[in-house]
Amino acid sequence: MPETLKETTPDPTVEATAAPVPAAAAGKPRSLWSDAWHDLRRSPLFVVSAILIVFLLVMAVFPGLFTGADPRYADLAHHYLQKPKWGNFFQEDWFGYDIQGRSIYARVVYGARASIMVAVVVTVLVTVLGTVVGMLAGYFGGWIDTILSRVTDIFFGVPFILGAMVVLTSFAERHIWVVILALAFLGWTQIARVARGSVLTIKQADYVMAAKALGASTTRILLRHILPNAIAPVIVVATIALGGYISAEATLSFLGIGLAEPTVSWGVDISSGQEQLRNAAFVLIIPSVMVSITVLAFIMLGDAVRNALDPKLR
Amino acid sequence: MGRYVIRRLLQMIPVFFGTTLLIFLMVNVMGDPVAGLCGDRQCDPATAARLRAEFGLDKPVWQQYLTYMGNVFTGNFGTAFNGQKVTELMATAFPITIRLTVVAIVFEIVIGISLGVVTGLQRGRPVDTGVLVLTLVVISVPTFVTGLLLQLLLGVKWGVISPSVSSEAPLDELILPGLVLASVSLAYVTRLTRTSIAENTRADYVRTAVAKGLPRRRVVVRHLLRNSLIPVITFIGTDVGALMGGAIVTERIFNIHGVGYQLYQGILRQNTQTVVGFVTVLVLVFLAANLIVDLLYAVLDPRIRYA
Repeated sequence: MPETLKETTPDPTVEATAAPVPAAAAGKPRSLWSDAWHDLRRSPLFVVSAILIVFLLVMAVFPGLFTGADPRYADLAHHYLQKPKWGNFFQEDWFGYDIQGRSIYARVVYGARASIMVAVVVTVLVTVLGTVVGMLAGYFGGWIDTILSRVTDIFFGVPFILGAMVVLTSFAERHIWVVILALAFLGWTQIARVARGSVLTIKQADYVMAAKALGASTTRILLRHILPNAIAPVIVVATIALGGYISAEATLSFLGIGLAEPTVSWGVDISSGQEQLRNAAFVLIIPSVMVSITVLAFIMLGDAVRNALDPKLR
Repeated sequence: MGRYVIRRLLQMIPVFFGTTLLIFLMVNVMGDPVAGLCGDRQCDPATAARLRAEFGLDKPVWQQYLTYMGNVFTGNFGTAFNGQKVTELMATAFPITIRLTVVAIVFEIVIGISLGVVTGLQRGRPVDTGVLVLTLVVISVPTFVTGLLLQLLLGVKWGVISPSVSSEAPLDELILPGLVLASVSLAYVTRLTRTSIAENTRADYVRTAVAKGLPRRRVVVRHLLRNSLIPVITFIGTDVGALMGGAIVTERIFNIHGVGYQLYQGILRQNTQTVVGFVTVLVLVFLAANLIVDLLYAVLDPRIRYA
């Protein structure tokens, strides 16, 4: 989809010359980032995914805005597995009730926080760790590269969900930080590989040579010259991976080893929903749809950012 | 070529030992292997100490690892805590999971690559857009949701297939589980092939092939596809390991007693020997698949030579 959407918009180079040059940018070529932003604002893919993500983030931070119902309030007598009332928008019974008589709508709204928090924190941890490892390996080369690359290979060799399960079983109480730790522990390798590859090409650039010749310190070269120029592919991979972590949290809960009650999360609801799958499929489907929409939003955002940052792929 | 293979095999050695050590440490240091032995209750200290001595768990971890690896090289993967030999568990579990993985890979290759070629040649047309939207949806829906829903619809509601797989797991019962296992990778293969084909349609060798009057079919299959397959093969190769490890979800949904099932039981019951043994074999498969992929490059693109 991203590529096809791109083809309907005019060629970017033509567009750039035809469009009136902003007064501030006159005479000065736009930087990679402002150029990317210029493209992004015009990409329908970006607009759609950004709106979705803002909506989901607001839901995660202020669930009270969306529903007055309590996600943990169970009323067995009246609402046991009551079917959704699709017409009652934003009402407590919009999505029906689960086996314990809790409002599925309220649970879906409140579940956003745990699911999105796991994904966001894991992505931040993984990006920081992966970028540091990849940057050091790529920039210094030699034995540092050999050691760091082999360590990356070693962690890459452990199957992801399996490794996370092993980490999780060792904790008696599986609250949110344990799940975050388990996912981050094995997730950083992909970012490290991408960052290393990116740094390897950037460090040959003339401006890095110039900075070296002018006597800039290694720290300065790494932080001021290498990092800002090598980070683009890392951001793309991280955005797409964020969607993957939402999915991973749900998968671990499905396997009965991720977040658990009383935490309210989409994964927890999906795993409890599978027991009633044959008589009340909506209990499982509704939180699954939320997970899918969120993953989709982040994948689309990643695609849009990649298209904007890397004109070669058009 | 021979020297290249030897060099690659030597590079694998540290990764193999590193990964197995990592798993060994994760299972031993983080978990308490004896904890799972007394059922849901806590073991009383005397029993725990006796069990530790019996399984050699009272020795330092590095010594345990060395003993374990020494045994592995003589083909002894140890005994699961229930007394069954881990090699026996492997002998029943691996054939099933290998069959499942083969079904998944066949789906990836046949459906993924064909869809990729079709969309890559028709960029921007409705077929292309439709397939791309479909791949995005498949990637976004978690595998276990796809699996549970397909099982519910095809197996329970419409009765097209049997909802769970029998213990022998014959090939025909593995078709739906294989498709579910392959689904996400299938979508990636489609997208990768499409991008690669679309990039190469403008290549000089394609124009030459068309100009010298070759039939379109031959141009696409022999010239375009062959040159576009390298990134796809790389993906499928690394995916073999991921599929076998990821089968844990699919095997649980369809009640298949393969590697994923044994690992799941092993992890939950903190059965060190089973988990480390199975993961060791999975790591070997993963490394071997990567090596084979590297060697396939030269077959696909004769310009690549290994000195």
